[in-house]
Amino acid sequence: MGWRRRLAFAFASLMCVPALAQGPPYGIGRTPTAEELRARDISIGPTGGELPPGKGSAKEGAMTYRAKGCAGCHGAGGVGGSAPILKSRDPANPDVWARGRILPLRAPFATIVWDYINRGMPLNREGTLTADEVYALTAYLLFINGVIPEDQVLDQQNLAQVKMPLGDNYASLPEWKPHTQRLKGYPY
Amino acid sequence: MGAKRPARREFLRTGATLAGGFTLGAAAPALGQVPAQPPMIKGEREGEIGYGARSKYVTSSRIPHGGRPSPDNFGLTFHVASPLQDSVGVITPSSLHYFATTRGAYLPDIDPRQHTLMIHGLVDRPLTFTMDDLKRFPSVTRLHFIECAGNRASRRAKTVQETHGMTSNAEWTGVLLSTLLKECGFKSSAKWFVAEGAEEVKGASSMPIAKAMDDAFVAYGMNGEAVRPQNGFPLRLMVPGFEGILHTKWLQRIKLVDRYYMNYNDYGHLDQDDKVAALGYQIGPKSVITFPSGDQRLPGKGFYEISGLAWSGGGAIKQVEVSVDGGKKWNKAEFRGTPQRMAHCRFAYPWNWDGNETEILSRCVDEIGQVQPTREQIAKYWNKPYDQTFSVPGLDNSIQPWKIASDGSVTNGLA
Repeated sequence: MGWRRRLAFAFASLMCVPALAQGPPYGIGRTPTAEELRARDISIGPTGGELPPGKGSAKEGAMTYRAKGCAGCHGAGGVGGSAPILKSRDPANPDVWARGRILPLRAPFATIVWDYINRGMPLNREGTLTADEVYALTAYLLFINGVIPEDQVLDQQNLAQVKMPLGDNYASLPEWKPHTQRLKGYPY
Repeated sequence: MGAKRPARREFLRTGATLAGGFTLGAAAPALGQVPAQPPMIKGEREGEIGYGARSKYVTSSRIPHGGRPSPDNFGLTFHVASPLQDSVGVITPSSLHYFATTRGAYLPDIDPRQHTLMIHGLVDRPLTFTMDDLKRFPSVTRLHFIECAGNRASRRAKTVQETHGMTSNAEWTGVLLSTLLKECGFKSSAKWFVAEGAEEVKGASSMPIAKAMDDAFVAYGMNGEAVRPQNGFPLRLMVPGFEGILHTKWLQRIKLVDRYYMNYNDYGHLDQDDKVAALGYQIGPKSVITFPSGDQRLPGKGFYEISGLAWSGGGAIKQVEVSVDGGKKWNKAEFRGTPQRMAHCRFAYPWNWDGNETEILSRCVDEIGQVQPTREQIAKYWNKPYDQTFSVPGLDNSIQPWKIASDGSVTNGLA
């Protein structure tokens, strides 16, 4: 390439900059298909926007809890197993924080319970539960902790509406900024 | 041909043993003779040629952390701590880098040709990148520590591996997340991002978008080679200075969202107290003496170089001080190399031990002025009585004392 052509090329490249700023700077990567997006989009936010269709009740959940082996680790009824307990031993205590670290009780949103079961359970057979089974197990665990009545059917629409006992009684994270200390005045 | 190889190797091994025995049996050289040779490693024994192995005399290794075996009877791994007591310089060899899983887990065995990273949510253009795609982008190479939130000293711990081994430091190579987010055209409504792995639980964490646009990157390289499976092969998120669990391993998805999502790993961060929550995200300034440290023994009085590591999630370490008299007088330590941001730095202090019983400690200050506290100071901050059972709320960055007895034995000063 002669210097004139090089100069012309450099000039043309410069002219392209405003156009590039509108689109992807490098043009690397491909657009995922709707199916690929749906398959990976499993993190359920507090509004429940990512929930799949399905439904389940506490009664169905109690059967699933036995059939899928949940009781083997978490104990019949959510207590007495080797895995973390799922039902408070101190249900009358008005202080939710004092009732123990129990996911279906302490979670600020019912969607967290659904998400946790869906991605994390059963141990070593993760991803094998159907959406209906996850709705049913969520309903069962919320029922045994007194969060919802036994006959309530949870589904894609109403799960995020469940009022959890913790309310907004939990810490919010401070707005993070670079070059900023984590807690002003700590420890002196 | 292949069948012949073991025989040949066996021959070489036998040969090496014979040669070794021969040398060991030789008498000391007479004056003017060439000194005797050490035993020789001949050929491809223990992988010296294909993928270099360390000397058989070097046995430093990781240990299960916190009492739970890794692997356990089912082959599940949990928390494994790095042998800081043997460390020199600032790089943790990849083979000795600490690692942790959120619960006992099998390690995913991912084919990098099949692995992709998807970025979607509040973006103009959702995009999927193959590993080859990611390697086409402009790269960054940075030294960073990663530390587990469970890295806290206790009076029961004996060695620095037990008190501080859940942190390590490596050179990481990858692509800035800001580069990828610009490629996707992120929307101004995006305030948080959810990073998710490909392992069995698809471990997910929410982080502020400000971190994504500041210094977060997706790493495919670690200490000059591919990231190790235990550390997230083929791709892990680096969020320098944030606690370990947020450095999402086996990264396959990033979703930009408008609020804190509180999924899987986030639930573990749920707290009652705003101040504890604030102490559970960014790692505070922390230092520890690695030599001499718990379970080691000084052979006698005389000169020693006290050596240790210091790091902070707030930036580079600005100063380290060492006390050799139980905290009465603090002396400025020297750096070995230049401290990097959110990276271990090596400090050293020349010391002549007089042979008397004493206690040695280190403390540090980072570039934004955060100071490493004593446990007493932390207890005072929380208006709690200080005794052996005091547990530091949030991430523990307290000063670690080592006691030195008059016989040179070193023990945990918290015991």
